[in-house]
Amino acid sequence: MTHHVSPAAIRFHAEAAKRILLTDGAFGTMIQGYSLDEAAYRGGYDTGFDQKGNNDLLVLTRPDIIEAITKQYLEAGSDIVSTNTFNANTISQADYGAEHLVREMNLAAARIARLAADEAEAADGRPRFVAGAVGPTNKTLSLSPDVNDPGFRAIDFDTLKNVYREQVDALLDGGCDFILIETIFDTLNAKAGVMAVIEAGEARGEPVPLMISMTITDMSGRNLSGHSVEAFWATVRHARPLTIGLNCSFGAPQLRPHVVTLSHIADTLMMVYPNAGLPNDLGQYDEQPHTTGGFISEWAATGLLNVVGGCCGTTPEHIAAMAKAVAGHAPRALPTPPVRMTLAGLEPFIIAA
Amino acid sequence: MATAPELPVEEAQQSRAMFVNIGERTNVTGSAAFKKLIMAGDYAKAVEVARQQVENGAQVIDVNMDEGLLDAEHAMTTFLKLIAAEPDIARVPVMVDSSKWSVIEAGLKCVSGKPIVNSISMKEGEEAFLAQARKCMAYGAAVVVMAFDTVGQADTKDRKIEICERAYKLLTGIGFPPEDIIFDPNIFAVATGIEEHNNYGVDFIEATREIRKRCPHAHISGGLSNLSFSFRGNEPVRRAMHSIFLYHAIPAGMDMGIVNAGQLDVYDQIDPELRVACEDVILNRDPDATERLITIAEKYRGQKDVVADKAAEEWRGWPVAKRLEHALVKGLDAFVVEDTEEARQGFARPIEVIEGPLMDGMNVVGDLFGSGKMFLPQVVKSARVMKKAVAHLLPFIEAEKEAGAKAKGRIVMATVKGDVHDIGKNIVGVVLACNGYEIIDLGVMVPWTTILESANENEADMIGLSGLITPSLDEMVTVAAEMQRAGMDMPLLIGGATTSKVHTALRIAPAYAGPVIHVLDASRAVGVASTLMSDTQRDGFVEKTAAEYDAVRKAREGKGQNELATLEEARANAFPFDEAHKAPAAARPGVHVYEDWDLADLRDYIDWTPFFRAWELHGNYPAILDDAVVGESARSLYADAQAMLDRIVAEKWLTAKGVAGLWPCRREGDDILVWTGDPDTPFVLSEVEGRAANAASDARTSTSLSANGMEGTETRLPMLRQQIKKREGRPNMCLADFISPQGDWIGGFAVTAGHGIDERSAAFRAAHDDYSDIMLKALADRLAEAFAERLHAHVRSDLWGYAPDEQLTNEALIREQYRGIRPAPGYPACPDHSLKPILFDLLNATEATGITLTEHFAMFPTAAVSGFYFGHSDAEYFGVARVGKDQLEDYAARRAVDLETATRWLRPNLD
Repeated sequence: MTHHVSPAAIRFHAEAAKRILLTDGAFGTMIQGYSLDEAAYRGGYDTGFDQKGNNDLLVLTRPDIIEAITKQYLEAGSDIVSTNTFNANTISQADYGAEHLVREMNLAAARIARLAADEAEAADGRPRFVAGAVGPTNKTLSLSPDVNDPGFRAIDFDTLKNVYREQVDALLDGGCDFILIETIFDTLNAKAGVMAVIEAGEARGEPVPLMISMTITDMSGRNLSGHSVEAFWATVRHARPLTIGLNCSFGAPQLRPHVVTLSHIADTLMMVYPNAGLPNDLGQYDEQPHTTGGFISEWAATGLLNVVGGCCGTTPEHIAAMAKAVAGHAPRALPTPPVRMTLAGLEPFIIAA
Repeated sequence: MATAPELPVEEAQQSRAMFVNIGERTNVTGSAAFKKLIMAGDYAKAVEVARQQVENGAQVIDVNMDEGLLDAEHAMTTFLKLIAAEPDIARVPVMVDSSKWSVIEAGLKCVSGKPIVNSISMKEGEEAFLAQARKCMAYGAAVVVMAFDTVGQADTKDRKIEICERAYKLLTGIGFPPEDIIFDPNIFAVATGIEEHNNYGVDFIEATREIRKRCPHAHISGGLSNLSFSFRGNEPVRRAMHSIFLYHAIPAGMDMGIVNAGQLDVYDQIDPELRVACEDVILNRDPDATERLITIAEKYRGQKDVVADKAAEEWRGWPVAKRLEHALVKGLDAFVVEDTEEARQGFARPIEVIEGPLMDGMNVVGDLFGSGKMFLPQVVKSARVMKKAVAHLLPFIEAEKEAGAKAKGRIVMATVKGDVHDIGKNIVGVVLACNGYEIIDLGVMVPWTTILESANENEADMIGLSGLITPSLDEMVTVAAEMQRAGMDMPLLIGGATTSKVHTALRIAPAYAGPVIHVLDASRAVGVASTLMSDTQRDGFVEKTAAEYDAVRKAREGKGQNELATLEEARANAFPFDEAHKAPAAARPGVHVYEDWDLADLRDYIDWTPFFRAWELHGNYPAILDDAVVGESARSLYADAQAMLDRIVAEKWLTAKGVAGLWPCRREGDDILVWTGDPDTPFVLSEVEGRAANAASDARTSTSLSANGMEGTETRLPMLRQQIKKREGRPNMCLADFISPQGDWIGGFAVTAGHGIDERSAAFRAAHDDYSDIMLKALADRLAEAFAERLHAHVRSDLWGYAPDEQLTNEALIREQYRGIRPAPGYPACPDHSLKPILFDLLNATEATGITLTEHFAMFPTAAVSGFYFGHSDAEYFGVARVGKDQLEDYAARRAVDLETATRWLRPNLD
């Protein structure tokens, strides 16, 4: 593995040294606002499946909407925009009979984000970055879907790695600066994703900057495969990610203790993008932008943040409130943890040399 | 960028280890039973083997399926997927163990955490080695590297070093993290009768030492069973050889090993004849060593011979139950394994040995201790015997799949988050275990989440919290509050040096509705625990304690605020500074680092009274040695301490590192401003005045120019002032009062005698020897204190030099009959622990001494002392005690922190 660093990563580090950076907010929440019907989703791509809800297909059928949302986030203050490709992989698209469109979707999504980001950068001179979003798929390498057969797995490591690789290659070909492996509920899935990105970098002769973001599924601070935040970091640290962090999970207050934990141990930039609070009884997020901004302001003042943004339920207004909240606060200083072997099962295990 | 919000979590709350035992029970080449299960396809039972291994404390699970008749890839992946589904097992890391790379890689694809690969080597050349290493790196695995190249396995010291160093350079050259490399430099059989093999033990140990030196951050591992291969079938000799080997290899740097911890002996307890013979063989000290060991070994073959050999001693002729009791009461562990085995054969089930003779013996110990006829050091020795007996029985109990002995109660114990001190907690744990309680010891730096989880998961009967430093008091309140929030109702026991009945009553008890009990010392712990477990006494005791604490709270309320002077009044009543008694300028200003202070020198400076107090023997040294009640116990303890000190010094178990600094300074209000620029050119006062606002805005430091333009840094040390109303003529003291506003000098220091302790401690614990472990920690603490005393003397006579001709006896030193004081942050004159990071920055102490600070400002290693030097001849110790809200607000402003932070820091001094 080479230590060569991509120019985008170098520029990113330079910006991150100056201030707390903003990523974007949710796509899904914004798309819902357009109340699209099945025909709108489908456009000219009839696969014989109902396409309603296939948000990733919109980059092909309604690129205007995705472009508009991306621009709104840039206007709200986002330094990073991510591609609308959370489910643009062959496993997730199989539910829509759209596996054959995966490369096309990722290329298109990357181009939309790239153009919008470059336009914004050209307008005010402030660097903008594009993160190619890679979701977890709906299969898991660590758990058996069959309670009576705990040794069974619905997928294997190499198959999942190849699924990721196809998506990653298309995102990079479309012009993404970074690959963002996000909403990681299964740590082994993430390892397969990391491997795909490493191999993509080797094939390109240039390492691909990685952003890694775990999601926590219970209040004790573990993801679905059972890893604590510390164990997770020990497990993915070999990827030398550009950013590590947490997304989705809960609202900011519930996420905070785990952000603090990770902030203390991770010797790389932190990116956190929580939901707009906890969903109400109807499953909707109703935390107001100024409320979110208040939480983020405290995080920034405490020195927890390098990059911040929003996940489910957040809108450009939330991002604007966050931008206001972090303005003037110094970014988080990286810790220098002692050099020690840290192994991990579900828990970390440190061996002091 | 901003400074990090809190100190880096140097001591994160995860489990940590200095020597890692890797069990072999899920290894088909190491365990016949496991192999049988896998060959039969009985994976459900095989998973249970892994579960038991973790329950018994395995820190890493080694999985090996290398068996000719097996599809090893299939067996490996099947088993790994199955254990991934068991959170009890999956919580620990996996070692993917195979001689075939394809099996390893298949395994890596099923492991979700960060595993270890065992192993890769340069056997097939460097290219193949690097290709596998790159794969390991991409899978995020640590790796065991065998000392093996195209020529063959490394046998001599030089070959081991050469191959490992070459591998290290290749690996780090491709970016492999050095801390993720574990070398296995090959442990080979000794005493084989072949002369070339005689030096294999020495080769390994010496190579280990050198590899650790040349390959920073890398680890050393080895499989021990090879070593004693020549003595197959003679377990006593094999055990002795393994123990002695580890005894020498661990300090040399071996920090991992494949070894069954239950089958190790206590080094000191090995029959001296056997020990010397084994040591001669392992260390190759004598060409006839092998012959001699073979001759001696015959005596140990089978246990009956051992008993016969020792029958001369009268008690050896007693019935086995009586012998076990005798061994427990006297703390003799030489025969306990044989006796336990004999007892086991006399009972239907192994568990009955624990419930019967062993518990009977421990009850005698408990009674003697309770009635003051036995003292703590002996009790800890008894526990060592008990542990060895139980360790012998456990495999038999497991084999029967029985539940463990019914304990009197189950207690979860922990040193709270932010604190690393565990001597007291270990002592209480041992005493309770001796008295039949099951102790779940969570270790040090334990966050409340872990404590609550463990208590709930284990259905504990009570929780015991310990802490030594004052911030731990706050953390205990947090634990109590979280227990309340979680709706728990089990009793919470509070203990440790800074805890008190008053604090427990005022702060902890109100946070938790369940019973909260402050336990004064180890001797009370059993009484409190047994009362709480008693159906008849519990409620009465809980009510009585609650009423007592209520009375404490009422009494405190009555005292009220009127006792405090306002900060303004207190300042008006400051200690009058006498310019004439000021110390002269330092003879040798700046920072002085001592990397390795002679331990033999420090030994003479030890203050023994606190040592005895740590063991709960009360009285002053040396009078305590002749005390009518505890004298005998004290003498025995003192003799053991001296014997261990001899070895600490002779074999250099510990390294004493220290740093002292002397700087110009001046007083500004209750702050001391320390100048760390060019020491010859302290700041000009008028400039300092002009920069006051600047200094306040940056809280800690500001850069400025000195008189001649030299740049330097000024560090602000805000001090606290007594506010209790004083009698006429008695000042309200503050450390700043001992510093001249016209320019003066101040010093600082940090010392530790704790480097090296973890390795030794790990070896003692691996051998179930709590007594030696606690002894070592207590002695290291004493040596650190002695170092502080010694360095202060050196500062007075030499570095600062205001008392060049000082001649004091150790007794006079202990009574502090000298000019100047050395108050420590966190102690009464300077109660705010959070000054430590500032002091450490001034001294660059972490780099100079290796002492780090936890998030709550505890020093690690724990055998450490730090503080400030004041040289004014009127300087004296005092206690700040309670301060008012006005001073709190004033202090927060001076430290430039918010009120909440200041409140947290000063909580022990607030109402």
